[in-house]
Amino acid sequence: MTNVIEATGLRKRFGKEPALDGLDLIVRQGEVHAFLGPNGAGKTTTIRILLGLLRADGGDVALLGRDPWRDGTSLHARIAYVPGDVTLWPALTGGEIIDLLARLRGDGSGPRRRRELIEAFDLDPAKKARAYSKGNRQKVALIAALASDAELLLLDEPTSGLDPLMEAVFRQRVEAERRDGRSVLLSSHVLAEAEALADRVTIIRAGRTVETGTLAELRHLTRSTVSAQLDRPVSLDGLPGVHDVTLSGGSLRCAVDSAALNEVLRRLTTAGVRSLTCRPPTLEELFLRQYAGPPAATVRT
Amino acid sequence: MRWSLAGTGTLARFALRRDRVMLPAWIYLVLIGVSETAYVFSRLYRTPSSRAGLAASGAGNPALLFLYGRLGGTSVGALTAWRYGVWAALFAVLMTIFIVVRHTRADEEAGRRELIGSARVGRQAPLAAAAVVAVTANLALTALLTLALVVIGLPAAGSAAFALAIGSCGLAFTGISAVAAQLAAGARGARGLAIGLLGLSFLLRAIGDSAGAAGPAWLTWALPLGWTELLRPFGGPRWWVLALPLGLCGLGLWAAFALSGRRDLGAGLLPGRPGRASASALLRGPLALAWRLEWPGLTGWAAGFLSIFAVCGAAAPGIGSLFGTSGALRGEFARLGGQSAVVNAYLAALMLLAGLVAAGYGVSAVLRLSAEETGPGADLILAGPVGRVRWALGHLLVAALGVASLLAVAGIAAGLGYGLRAGGTGPETVRLLGAALAQLPAALVIAAVAAAAFGLLPDAGTAAGWTALGFVTAVSLLGPSLRLPRWAQDASPFAFTPRLPGGAVSGFALAWLLALAAGLAAAGLAAFRGRDLRP
Repeated sequence: MTNVIEATGLRKRFGKEPALDGLDLIVRQGEVHAFLGPNGAGKTTTIRILLGLLRADGGDVALLGRDPWRDGTSLHARIAYVPGDVTLWPALTGGEIIDLLARLRGDGSGPRRRRELIEAFDLDPAKKARAYSKGNRQKVALIAALASDAELLLLDEPTSGLDPLMEAVFRQRVEAERRDGRSVLLSSHVLAEAEALADRVTIIRAGRTVETGTLAELRHLTRSTVSAQLDRPVSLDGLPGVHDVTLSGGSLRCAVDSAALNEVLRRLTTAGVRSLTCRPPTLEELFLRQYAGPPAATVRT
Repeated sequence: MRWSLAGTGTLARFALRRDRVMLPAWIYLVLIGVSETAYVFSRLYRTPSSRAGLAASGAGNPALLFLYGRLGGTSVGALTAWRYGVWAALFAVLMTIFIVVRHTRADEEAGRRELIGSARVGRQAPLAAAAVVAVTANLALTALLTLALVVIGLPAAGSAAFALAIGSCGLAFTGISAVAAQLAAGARGARGLAIGLLGLSFLLRAIGDSAGAAGPAWLTWALPLGWTELLRPFGGPRWWVLALPLGLCGLGLWAAFALSGRRDLGAGLLPGRPGRASASALLRGPLALAWRLEWPGLTGWAAGFLSIFAVCGAAAPGIGSLFGTSGALRGEFARLGGQSAVVNAYLAALMLLAGLVAAGYGVSAVLRLSAEETGPGADLILAGPVGRVRWALGHLLVAALGVASLLAVAGIAAGLGYGLRAGGTGPETVRLLGAALAQLPAALVIAAVAAAAFGLLPDAGTAAGWTALGFVTAVSLLGPSLRLPRWAQDASPFAFTPRLPGGAVSGFALAWLLALAAGLAAAGLAAFRGRDLRP
C-alpha cells in the first residue's frame, strides 16, 4: 500500500514563532486519516504546506509522491480542499461558485452528482454568498470538493459550522468516499466524528506529532475503565498498572493499563463477580491524556 | 410602537471612538476645500470688476452652471459658494451616508449588532446612536466651517448661512440614510440606495440650473442638494429654506424609527434579489472570475468618467473668457497643460487628470489581489489546478483593460462635450481619444508599481501602492506651479507622456514606459510565486 501524504520532520516559523517543529504525518492510500490537535497546534499550517500555499522551512513533504511547492498546480488537479474558515465572494451565488471551482478543475463531475449533493446538504444555490451563514459557506466548499473526482480530500475542520443533521450527511458522504477508494485527511476538533470515521489517527501538539496509529493501537497503549459489582471486597493494592481505585461496599471502579488487565480480572473472579464492564478509552480520553501533562514530557525525544 | 433607547449614549460614544480617524478626515477634507477656494478668490479677484468678469462668464456657461450651480452675487463669498457649495454639500452627504450605514446596517450584517443587542441595550438604541453621531459630525462641520470663513474675512452672517446650508444637507441625508438602512437587506444595498438618491439630487439640480430661464428651473427645488444654492447664503440669506432639510431630517428619522420598530433583525423591507443557481458559461477561469468581480465597480467608474469629462469638455470653449481677467489662473493651466494656447492647455490638463484618476482605478483594481489573498476565495482557487501566476495575471489584465477603457471613455466624452459646443464632434472625439490614450502607459506604470509591491512587500503592498499614486499625483499637479527641478518632476511617469492636444509625441518615451510597466509587473509576479500565501 502506498502513501498519499508523507511528511517527515516538517518545520515552519512565522517570524520568531515556530508553528511546526518537526511534524510527521503519513496518510495511506484509501484511508480516512484523522488529524487532531488543539487550537494553534499547527493543523492548518500543515495543510497549507501540503497544498503548496506555504513553503516549509525544513523537513520533507510529498503529496501523491511529488513536491507540493514545485508541482502544486498539476497536483491540485488530483486533490480537493475545504478550508477551515470558508470565505466566499459576496456577490457570487453558491451555485456559481460550485460551478466555477468544478470548471477550474476541468473535471466532468456532471450535473447529476452536483444536484444530488446540493439536495443532500439542503443548500439554496441561488443565494448570494453574502447572505450565507458560516455553515452554508462550508456546505458550498464541501459540495465543490465532494463533487470532484479528486483522489485525495483535504478537509480542514469541515463540520465546525454544520448542524447535527448535516454532520450526519457529511459522515455518510465520507464513508462513501472511502468505499470509492479515495483518501481523506480530516482535521477535526469533533472527536466523536474522527472516532466514527477514521481508520488511523495522528495527534499533534505544539507543532509536533505525539501519537499516530489506528485507534486500536492507540488504545492498546492506554487504560481501560473497569467497573464491577463483587460479592466480597477485594484488594488491588500493590498491583502494577492499576490506577484511581474507588471501592465502596461491593462496587469497584478503576483504570487499568492494558498489560495489567489479565491479572486484575483474575483477582476479581476470586471475589465473585456479579456484573462487570470493561470499556476501552474513548478518543476523547486519549486526547485529553495527551494534553494533560506539560508539552516537554511527551514531545521531546 | 415602543421606543426603547437604553444605552444610546454608550453606543454613540463607542461609535465616535470607532470613527475617530475617519470623521476628522472627512470634515478636514470639506473644510480645506472650501476655505482654500475662499482664500484663493479673495487673493486672485481683489477688485469688484474682476469678480464681475468671472461671474459674467460663469453665469453664461451652461456647463459651469451644470457643474457648480447658479451664482448668488459677485462678492468673494458668493463666488466661493458657487464654486464649492454644491460639492462641499455632496461630501458632507457622503460622510453622513457612510456614518449612518456603518453603524446600523453594516453592524447588523456583520453580526456585531446581535452581540450588542444581547446586552442591556434598547431596540432602537443603535439607530439612535448612529443618528446622534451623524448629527454631531454635521454640526461640528457647520461650526468649524463658519469659523474658518470668518477668519478668512467673509461676512459672519453669510458664512454662517453657507455653513448651515452644507451642514443641513448632511442632516437631511441623516434621515434619508436611516430610512435606506431599514429598507435595504444589506449594507451595500443601503449605501447604494442613499448614494443613488444623492446622484439623482445632483442631476436634478444640475439640469434645473443649466436649463436657462425657459427650462425646468424648479427642478433645483426638488431635492436637498439644490437647497444649498436656494438659501443664497451671501446674497441676502433666505433663512426659511433651512426648514426644508431640517424637516426632511425629522421626517426621515421618524420613518426610520417606525420601520425599525416593526422589522426583524437582519431583514429588510426590500427583499435581496436571488442570483443564478448555476454559473454562466463564461465563468470558466481566473480571468473570467477577475472580470466578474471587477466589472460592477468599473461600470460605476466609467459612468463617473463619462459625466465629468463630458461636462468638463463642454466647458472648454468658454475657458478663455473665464481666465480673461486672471493671468495667474491662465499661467497655472498653461504650465499644467504644457502650452500657451489656452483651450488646448485646458484640454491637455484635463487629459493629465484623467490619466491620474485612471491610474487610481488601476491601483485599486491591482490591490484587489491583496484583498482576495487574505479575504475570499484565493485559497479555494489556488488549491485547484490554477498556478499563482495565472491567477494574479487574470487580475492584472482586468486592471489594465479597465484603465484603458476609462481613459477611452474620458477622451470620447471630453471630445463629444467639446465638439458639441465648438463644432466638429467627429474630429474632436478622435483627437481627444488619442490624447487620453497617450496617458495609458504612465497610468499602467503606476498600477504596475502596485503589482510589484503586492509581490515584494506582501504586508505593506496596499500602503505602498497608494503612496506611489499619492506621490505621483502631487508631483504631477503641483510640480509645474512649484517649479520643482526637472529631475524631481521626472519622478512621475506622466512627465514622459505627451500633453495632447497640441504637444509633441515621443513614441520612444511611450514604449519605454510600457516596458517599465511590464517589467514591474513581472517582478511582482515572480516575487509572488516564491513567497508564502498570507492567511
